[in-house]
Amino acid sequence: MARRERGSTAPALLLAILLTLLVVATVYVFVAHLFPAPPPITSAALLVDRQNNVTLYVTGAIFVLAQLGLAFAVFRFRDRGQRARFSHGNALLEALWISLTLILFLGLGFLGRKAWADVRFTPADPGAVQIEVTTNQFVYNFRYPGPDGKFGRLDPSLVNAPAGNPLGIDPNDPAGRDDIVVPILTVPVDRPVELLLRSQDVIHNFFVRELRLQQDSVPGMVIPVHFTANRIGQYEIVCTQLCGLGHNKMHSMLNVVSESDYQSFLKIQAAAQGLVQ
Amino acid sequence: MSVLRRVFSTDHKVIGLQYLFLSLSAVTIGIILSLLMRFHLVWPMAHLPFVAGGIMAPEQYLALVTMHGTLMVFFVLTTAPQSAFGNYFLPIQIGAPDMAFPTLNMLSFWLTLAAFLCALAAFVVPGGEPISGWTAYPPLSGLGEVTGPGEGIGQTLWLASVLIFCFASLLGSINFITTTIDMRAPGMTLMRMPLTVWAWFVTAILSLLAFAVLLAGGILLLLDRSAGTSFFLPAGLVANGELQARAGGSPLLWQHLFWFFGHPEVYIAILPGMGVVSHVLANFSRKPVFGYRAMALALCAIGFMGFLVWGHHMFVSGMNPYSSLAFSALTLSIGVPSAIKTFNWLGTLWGGKIQFHTPMLFAIGFVSFFVSGGLSGIFLAQPALDTMLHATYYVVGHFHLVMGVASIFGIFCATYYWYPKMFGGQMDEMLGKLHFWLTFVGVYCIFMPMHFVGIAGGIRRYADSSGAAYLAGLQPLHMFMTIAVFITSAAQLVFFYNFFRSLKKGARAADNPWSATTLEWITSSPPSHDNFGGHFPSVHRGPYEYSVPGAAQDFLPQHLAPQEAGRVSEEPQSGK
Repeated sequence: MARRERGSTAPALLLAILLTLLVVATVYVFVAHLFPAPPPITSAALLVDRQNNVTLYVTGAIFVLAQLGLAFAVFRFRDRGQRARFSHGNALLEALWISLTLILFLGLGFLGRKAWADVRFTPADPGAVQIEVTTNQFVYNFRYPGPDGKFGRLDPSLVNAPAGNPLGIDPNDPAGRDDIVVPILTVPVDRPVELLLRSQDVIHNFFVRELRLQQDSVPGMVIPVHFTANRIGQYEIVCTQLCGLGHNKMHSMLNVVSESDYQSFLKIQAAAQGLVQ
Repeated sequence: MSVLRRVFSTDHKVIGLQYLFLSLSAVTIGIILSLLMRFHLVWPMAHLPFVAGGIMAPEQYLALVTMHGTLMVFFVLTTAPQSAFGNYFLPIQIGAPDMAFPTLNMLSFWLTLAAFLCALAAFVVPGGEPISGWTAYPPLSGLGEVTGPGEGIGQTLWLASVLIFCFASLLGSINFITTTIDMRAPGMTLMRMPLTVWAWFVTAILSLLAFAVLLAGGILLLLDRSAGTSFFLPAGLVANGELQARAGGSPLLWQHLFWFFGHPEVYIAILPGMGVVSHVLANFSRKPVFGYRAMALALCAIGFMGFLVWGHHMFVSGMNPYSSLAFSALTLSIGVPSAIKTFNWLGTLWGGKIQFHTPMLFAIGFVSFFVSGGLSGIFLAQPALDTMLHATYYVVGHFHLVMGVASIFGIFCATYYWYPKMFGGQMDEMLGKLHFWLTFVGVYCIFMPMHFVGIAGGIRRYADSSGAAYLAGLQPLHMFMTIAVFITSAAQLVFFYNFFRSLKKGARAADNPWSATTLEWITSSPPSHDNFGGHFPSVHRGPYEYSVPGAAQDFLPQHLAPQEAGRVSEEPQSGK
């Protein structure tokens, strides 16, 4: 046994030091906000951030206690020739941490439901600006219904991007003649916006960090999401669903603009499509 | 003839070692693939070895992503902990001469090898390896070459490989389940089984149920690819400008089938590690496992609940948002049995007499990783938070820590612990410890920063950071991680050197070098063909009777009859 006693202090000490360093470094990164997400631009995203912080406090506390507890245990109970305590466990302690984790984890889930339900269980405001988002390898197209407020009928057999009809809008449907199709998403500030996500070929995704919103676009489905952006600016849209060799280049912009800029955007686009009123 | 018989052996120990060497081959390739990926991420214009054309194209990067995941998940994390160590030690630990169906056992190994070769064949076919990731979501994976390079014959070979693997796993799991139920030694009640056996048993049940579903789903995807069916393909698909003549299928159906397998799969990877870690922590703390019964039940609970949480992979998929909350609550609940495991590991160490042999260090490392990686899962389990973290490096950091590296540490722990039993020699302690320190620090340096990259919005499966402007700001972290990957990978050479050198030069191992209690330590190192040289044991007590008061030595082996137990103290101990 003597051999083991001599060998047990150095590894115990090193393990304890490394685990403590791990805790200190991790806590420092979060406390100092070294790698933050960008500020949110919707009230829903703010809710997400708050829930994220609550979760961070709870899991952070468990992380610190568990890692330091491990560090303490390996150092304190290293082999120094003592006799190990003979115990098969403790039902009371067992019940304590079962109920504690159950309350903490399910409690977090319960608190977190609001940030999800608020945007996902409620439909968009009836007056929301509707924009259709269509993805294909490896581009986004955004369709506005035009002055008539109606989207024209789509026919997949008419899809022909080189000929200027990437979405397959039926030319015989009058509702489609004023539709605006652009590669960049422009929305008015402080107005509810509803996006209708569709995909032509494979599954893609629409992710804007500042919205705290990721949504797959799935062929065969039309998936609605809605938000109200409260800060004018330009934000990056990226694809997060593996969609083929151009996946990492699939990119667009979300322009949040003032109401007047939005109106002039619509006018200019309508003019560009030969639909001057 | 005798060579043939040795190669096509039905001895569970030989088969276990065959699985182990298959895994070592797969993990070597998997690490090389990740080195190439990490190199490319920080030096995208560098000329790389093994890469056609020298400079890596995006599709080549995605092929590496796909094959790294496939090789690691199937041929390392599923194969080594369960098929290799489970095969070798489950029969011995329950006092059985072999598996219940030795020929089936042999068949499942050779099928697994065929699956492995089939996956590797994708490297050399025209178009190369598939680029759809290990999750192979259709339509990307279902339409053939029209969706991208590698989606032709490469994707078909990948699918064939997975299907063969599923079938082999089914055969293996039937064997594990039957053996555990039917072949236990007299006195080996369920509640006297080592926690390793519990873990392999529960894992086998998960394999049986999960791989059956992937097998079915995979056949449907194969039909979509080759027979023109539309199980996962809806009407109106326009791929590469061409309208596809498919209708009626649902891409989400594949995701449900895949994750119904895929989530239990992460427990298939980690449960055996949990078993080994419990086993080793008790051994080197010289203490009974804290709360043995709770530990066994927690394994069962994790296994059962593992089938109810697959939807947390699909929060952003377009699935019904109400079901997301149900999956969220179930996923958070699985934190409870996971916490039981963690607290009871700490409880096992508490008050112990801890001996820091190499396998013990890896067991402690496992606990640390499981805590770190498990807690980041509490964020991902909430759909509102998942909508900002999904598909970012945060997820990559999370699952690598909690089921990737933790499981690998379980494999290392098992290897260092059982090496003397399997090969009759000891691995070098100095080299083993060096391997541990480098790997433990290295792993945290790789996977903790991944969480930070993810929080800032760094997207996984991106061949480079040129697509979005904000990604450039994350490159310094990527550089740090890449350097850590290279150092940590180099540290694995220490392991391989130690492993192969000790085969020839390792100090001769005693039958019970760790003064342990379970049945694998009462037989010779390595064990004879029937495991016990004809002297099959009876079992008289639980598996972890260490430091029993009144006993003169600090461990009571399971097979000792009560009247013998007092006498043991006067006998000289082996391995001291």
